[in-house]
Amino acid sequence: MNVSRRRVRAMVIKELREYRRNRSLLWAMAIFPVVFCIQPLVVVFTLASSASTELAHEHLLLYLLGIPALVPVFVAAYAVVGEREQATLEPMLSTPIRSDEFLLGKALAALIPSLAIAYAVYAIFLILVAAFGRPAVASALFQAPDLLAQVVFTPLLATWSIWVGIAISARSSDIRVAQQLGVVASLPSIFVVVLVAFNVIQPTLGLAVGGAVFLLVLDALGWRIASRMFDRERLVTGTR
Amino acid sequence: MARPAAGGEPAIAVDHLSKRFGGRAAFDDVSFEVGRGEVFGFLGPNGAGKTTMVRTLGTLIAPTSGTAIVAGFPLTTENGVEIRRRISIMPETPGLYLHLSVVENLACFAEMYEVADPRDRIEAALRAVHLDDRAGDTCGTLSKGLRQRVALARTLLSDPEVLFLDEPTAGLDPVAAREVHDLIDDLRKRGVTIFLTTHRLEEAERLCDRVAILNTTLRTIGRPDQLRDQLFSKTLTVRTRVPLPDPGSAFGSLPAVESWHEEGPVTYVLAVSDPDVAAPAAIRKLVAAGADVLSIGESRHSLEDVYLELIDEVPQAARR
Repeated sequence: MNVSRRRVRAMVIKELREYRRNRSLLWAMAIFPVVFCIQPLVVVFTLASSASTELAHEHLLLYLLGIPALVPVFVAAYAVVGEREQATLEPMLSTPIRSDEFLLGKALAALIPSLAIAYAVYAIFLILVAAFGRPAVASALFQAPDLLAQVVFTPLLATWSIWVGIAISARSSDIRVAQQLGVVASLPSIFVVVLVAFNVIQPTLGLAVGGAVFLLVLDALGWRIASRMFDRERLVTGTR
Repeated sequence: MARPAAGGEPAIAVDHLSKRFGGRAAFDDVSFEVGRGEVFGFLGPNGAGKTTMVRTLGTLIAPTSGTAIVAGFPLTTENGVEIRRRISIMPETPGLYLHLSVVENLACFAEMYEVADPRDRIEAALRAVHLDDRAGDTCGTLSKGLRQRVALARTLLSDPEVLFLDEPTAGLDPVAAREVHDLIDDLRKRGVTIFLTTHRLEEAERLCDRVAILNTTLRTIGRPDQLRDQLFSKTLTVRTRVPLPDPGSAFGSLPAVESWHEEGPVTYVLAVSDPDVAAPAAIRKLVAAGADVLSIGESRHSLEDVYLELIDEVPQAARR
């Protein structure tokens, strides 16, 4: 398959410009991570130093992997149906761009702010805990494997979430409905993350490697599945 | 199949093409050809299938049956990219990214066509639609007419072989519409094939080499004057200062006059086979008879008359 880098790059640049100037989309992306952080921050700040022993056996920081699982859905769900609602889809699809290129551009553009937000919120969380949490609690929380897991799994989860959002967007006729369905579709990922964070599923190296490979395969499949679900005729005419 | 006036390989060749949405036919069994460099008008009422035809030929939707060749390529899914490289479509709504500036919109589309010199192309396209001084404006702040012109500039970026314009002057004021007409004239001179759908019949008459009238099926196709001649007999309208005492003897024996009738006390309508022969003969005869001729002229049926006659054909037939 020939993918034109030039067209994909142009799509990414266009999308990023639109995100920057579309305040409502930025707010939607920014609010959820903040809400996501408040509860764990409150918990951490109220913990006594004596809780650090128990905390060292948990992986509370992995809870923040919910952010890359959830945030991208808001922009990804907007990707196709948003273009359709502002009547820009037909002129864009009239150009030589292939469906694969169109979707790849959309996905990469959604990935960039999603990663930036997820890593930034994570960094802010760590800084706040280090600055205002009890030192014993902070040192119990900061476990190298958890930090590594955050770095590795953030793009993997975000990419999957983006393909789910785009696939829903390609089949929806309303932005709000697409975003709501996107949130519902990302709940299983968040559920797994929470189970791991609270030790219901024991995080091991094998599980981490297996999970990463599984997500990598899902991400590659996601592009294919989203491309299959992208029906030019239905999107242009609203029929079929 | 209706063939174009110009010779050579056609820019568009449509052969028994149909598109159905479920049980409803958008257009049915349509065949025509458009010559290279021709401005081809596609007329029809709302829901006649004009936009669906543009989308089908533009590879946005697939035909249900029939075949077509667009810009030298058979209309198939596999050829979609190659066809879209060579054509440009301006849909009825401009479809601009309203948060982006004019130049950012055009830059994005220039990249989609992978044009060699995007900056020069964008400048040339903006000059062509007289928008070079608005390049930095955000599209959301532009009037409907200006947005339409940006959309037109967008179609020029790729230097297309075939340009599909779907109602390009809809919503434009007369001055802006005239500018679009001038631009179409200019493109015609450069050899661009233009497929123009419009509701403005005077626009089609002024711009198009040939027109097709569609109402799900193709009703007719030809040059506007040819269609007039096919549907309506040629007539001369004669007005005199006072009623003629014996119009029968004045008009009955004239060469090229097939019949005549009165249309008011001092107005006479002559059905003629050749106005150039009948008009001088009528003037000579009337002057010789002492009549004061106020005016004599050929009654021209407009494209609108042709359109209404053909679009009304089916309801009239049903009533009969």
